[in-house]
Amino acid sequence: MGNIITVGISDMKIASGDDILITYALGSCVGTCLYDKTAKVIGLSHVLLSNSDLCSNDSNVYKYANTAIKELVRAMRVKGAAVHRMTAKIAGGAQMFTNNTLKVGERNIIAVVDELNILGIRIVASDVGENYGRTMECYANDGRVMIKSFTKGNQII
Amino acid sequence: MSANSINNIESLNEFQLDALREIGNIGAGNAATALATLLSDRVNMSVPVLNIMNVEDVTKVLGGPENPVVGILMTLSEDVKGVIMLVFEEKFLSVVIKTLLGQEIDSLNNLSEMDRSVFMEIGNIMSSTYLNALAAMTGLSIQISTPDICADMAGAIMSVPASIFGMTGDKVLMLQEDFIGEEHITSHLIMLPEIDSLNAILKSLGAE
Repeated sequence: MGNIITVGISDMKIASGDDILITYALGSCVGTCLYDKTAKVIGLSHVLLSNSDLCSNDSNVYKYANTAIKELVRAMRVKGAAVHRMTAKIAGGAQMFTNNTLKVGERNIIAVVDELNILGIRIVASDVGENYGRTMECYANDGRVMIKSFTKGNQII
Repeated sequence: MSANSINNIESLNEFQLDALREIGNIGAGNAATALATLLSDRVNMSVPVLNIMNVEDVTKVLGGPENPVVGILMTLSEDVKGVIMLVFEEKFLSVVIKTLLGQEIDSLNNLSEMDRSVFMEIGNIMSSTYLNALAAMTGLSIQISTPDICADMAGAIMSVPASIFGMTGDKVLMLQEDFIGEEHITSHLIMLPEIDSLNAILKSLGAE
């Protein structure tokens, strides 16, 4: 039995073996799960915002899509993963309130997808947008990702 | 901005924190009375909690990230800018709908339009009475937006204020008040003012 490792907001974690990475209640935030099937190394990032230019006095690289994904890839390579073998599954980026004009969720999705494209990492599954919260569970032994939500129940992507 | 104004939430002194707690307390007293009148019931309130926390931790305040709640979000403008939210726990929702409409709610997923209107209106009334007290004490003008509603996991709902405040810094000041009615029905009022607005409030109270 592996460990269950929680990833907070503006955070990321790496795992292998039978470990499970969990991030709870993604709203407008986006969760990005990267997996190298050969090395069986998995990583999960939970970003709050799209771009570090939004906030000048903050050094937390895990908070922003444009800095967090690069850092996740770097840390996974240290654990033996290779970028060309990595695939991505992403979830979140919801618009929780209808009147909210900031469109944080949508911007987060675009920023994460852009970053993955730049790095040449293929997105093999996604459950993004709409208007509901999601919990993401990522399994290191086979790379499957379970999405839990109140509206749609549980589904594997 | 005057020489005494703060530019960092963590530099607030005890005197200033007490002043903020006190206005939170008076505002909450009014909001509790409004809720009690609405429900024809007794409503108790907690001691106001004033927290200075990491933006990320805002999502942890309401009984776990997957706790099912309804959040009513309103934004503040003019002299005081920021966000005010009412968060209702599941039991609160069912008791309120039973009291006011004589109906049962089977799940948060399929609230009717009428249910949603009722919760938005309660959120509107409670936050308006809270802010009226704040405006009266400070002489500041506060404009409140129309309410917006979301029924979902507490963490996902709180990610919205977290993302708004995450754009301007990594720390936020949060005033929280819990209201508990008969049958242990619980709701929370959360106010997150921007730092410039905090300065305006403190100045008006002579607590610079």
